[in-house]
Amino acid sequence: MADTSTPAPGTSPDGETRRDFLLYAASAVGVAGTALAVWPLIHSMNPAADTLALSTTEVDLTSVAVGQAITVTWRGKPVFIRHRTAAEIEAARKVDLAELRDPQPDDKRVKKAEWLILVGVCTHLGCIPMGQKPGDPRGEFGGWFCPCHGSAYDTSGRIRKGPAPLNLAVPTYTFLTDTSVRIG
Amino acid sequence: MSGQKFDNKIIQWVDDRLPIFSVLKHSAVEYPTPKNLNYWWNFGSLAGFMLVVMLLTGIFLAMNYAANTAIAFGVVEHIMRDVNYGWLLRYLHMNGASFFFICVYIHIFRGLYYGSYKAPRELLWGLGLVIYLLMMGTAFMGYVLPWGQMSFWGATVITNLFSAFPVVGDYIVTLLWGGFSVDNPTLNRFYALHFLLPIVICALVFLHLVALHTTKSNNPLGIDVKGPQDTIPFHPYYTIKDLFGIGVLLLIYLSVVFFDPNLFGDPDNYVPANPMVTPPHIKPEWYFLPFYAILRAIPDKLGGVVAMFGAIIILFFLPWIDSSKVRSAKFRPIFKQVFWIFLVVCLVLGYCGSQPPEGQIVLVGRVATAAYFLFFPLLWVLGKLEKPKPLPQSIAAPVLKGASAGHAAQPMEKA
Repeated sequence: MADTSTPAPGTSPDGETRRDFLLYAASAVGVAGTALAVWPLIHSMNPAADTLALSTTEVDLTSVAVGQAITVTWRGKPVFIRHRTAAEIEAARKVDLAELRDPQPDDKRVKKAEWLILVGVCTHLGCIPMGQKPGDPRGEFGGWFCPCHGSAYDTSGRIRKGPAPLNLAVPTYTFLTDTSVRIG
Repeated sequence: MSGQKFDNKIIQWVDDRLPIFSVLKHSAVEYPTPKNLNYWWNFGSLAGFMLVVMLLTGIFLAMNYAANTAIAFGVVEHIMRDVNYGWLLRYLHMNGASFFFICVYIHIFRGLYYGSYKAPRELLWGLGLVIYLLMMGTAFMGYVLPWGQMSFWGATVITNLFSAFPVVGDYIVTLLWGGFSVDNPTLNRFYALHFLLPIVICALVFLHLVALHTTKSNNPLGIDVKGPQDTIPFHPYYTIKDLFGIGVLLLIYLSVVFFDPNLFGDPDNYVPANPMVTPPHIKPEWYFLPFYAILRAIPDKLGGVVAMFGAIIILFFLPWIDSSKVRSAKFRPIFKQVFWIFLVVCLVLGYCGSQPPEGQIVLVGRVATAAYFLFFPLLWVLGKLEKPKPLPQSIAAPVLKGASAGHAAQPMEKA
């Protein structure tokens, strides 16, 4: 603005004018306005109301025997429910927390020790670990083994080996009765 | 743009108002092209040809496709079995992606060998890399559309890459998915973007060509054009050469389309997507394999993702990393060997990416990843240490008989 031929009225001693102020103010409003206008476009890509509404799944556990595991769908993702044996619970409790990548004691990861409920998605890149079916490899820690990049989880679903950074997530769930659980 | 240039009065009338004919004549007919371009210079036009093939087949496929997880897999099979020539359109399109990448990879390595990225062609190189990045995005999203097992799990693994970034990672992934997993909203938006990105690619190809015609083509000697004696007009000399190249490309491309159309594909993608079952061995399409190997070579999630993106981003800085002023590898004896080693390293990475990450493969992948990144500092050091061979005085010089490269050009210089 300093190079206009006649100084605008109200020029301050250091050459700043009201026009400078107007220019900055208008630019700021323009930038903020554009950002606000873009937000609906971006937010339209986030989960829609009906996707958000599908947020709970109820499961009847009566038919799952000790040592068995079932997979149910919750929010389009598999949820692992394993009826753990006494040996598996014991193994999960015995682990020294200091040797874990994502240290969590077993009793913080279950509500009832015999029922281990986990989101069945590898925390590395989202594959589904194997170990639910009787013939599946369970990795060297007796839990789950992810075939994509070789992560191994223990009988509490904690990461023990491989590239995954975190334990298998525990979803929010409530036991409605002794043999029925609501996930979500 | 004024003055009589065309004999045809109508063409002249149009050209005075909208100079399309002048521009065409200037940049596609008279465009002075170095006379010594070899066949490696065919791959730019071949990539352009493949882009047109992809756009054409893609638009007709789109007329028969529906982006809905309930029917997407079936609708692709409907294209294969019921739509007239649907099988041909689809096989041309899916193999076309592979041949597009083959052309572009050769085009990139040609630029690397002959130093085409160096001043004054830094932006030309950068624009090319942006096109390459967009191609990868487009190809990835296109691969999701048939909604087979590899579509689904490829999409899951690749979108999960973004969850590696601290704090914002999970929000980005949810935003990409439009839900809590790869699902119908994801398929829908990928289809929209698979349609949009090629249009952006076309715009960038235009800019790539404008930049090319500003700095002019590099050539196998890597020296600047000294005058008209070093060039020939683009038409008919290079138009006919490019046409010949297209003929050879079509011969190979169509052989695959007709005789082995699933050569580049994965049988798992003929199994409908199942969010409850991960295929035993997930691997991306072949053109992503070197980067996939780099991703897996780093035993840390964020580190792997950063290395993978870094492997491409670093190429943008190549013009400034390479400290040698000599462009062509012809005159850089050590760089020439380093170039071939780098090419082999890329192929080894590709092989590692295709194998399950077990045993020796992990180690080989790590060594190759280290070698890939070492190439760049080495390039900087090499420019300082290497003694290049003497450069010929002009493009015309080395072809003149019986004279050594250094002196032959004199009679021609005044032409």
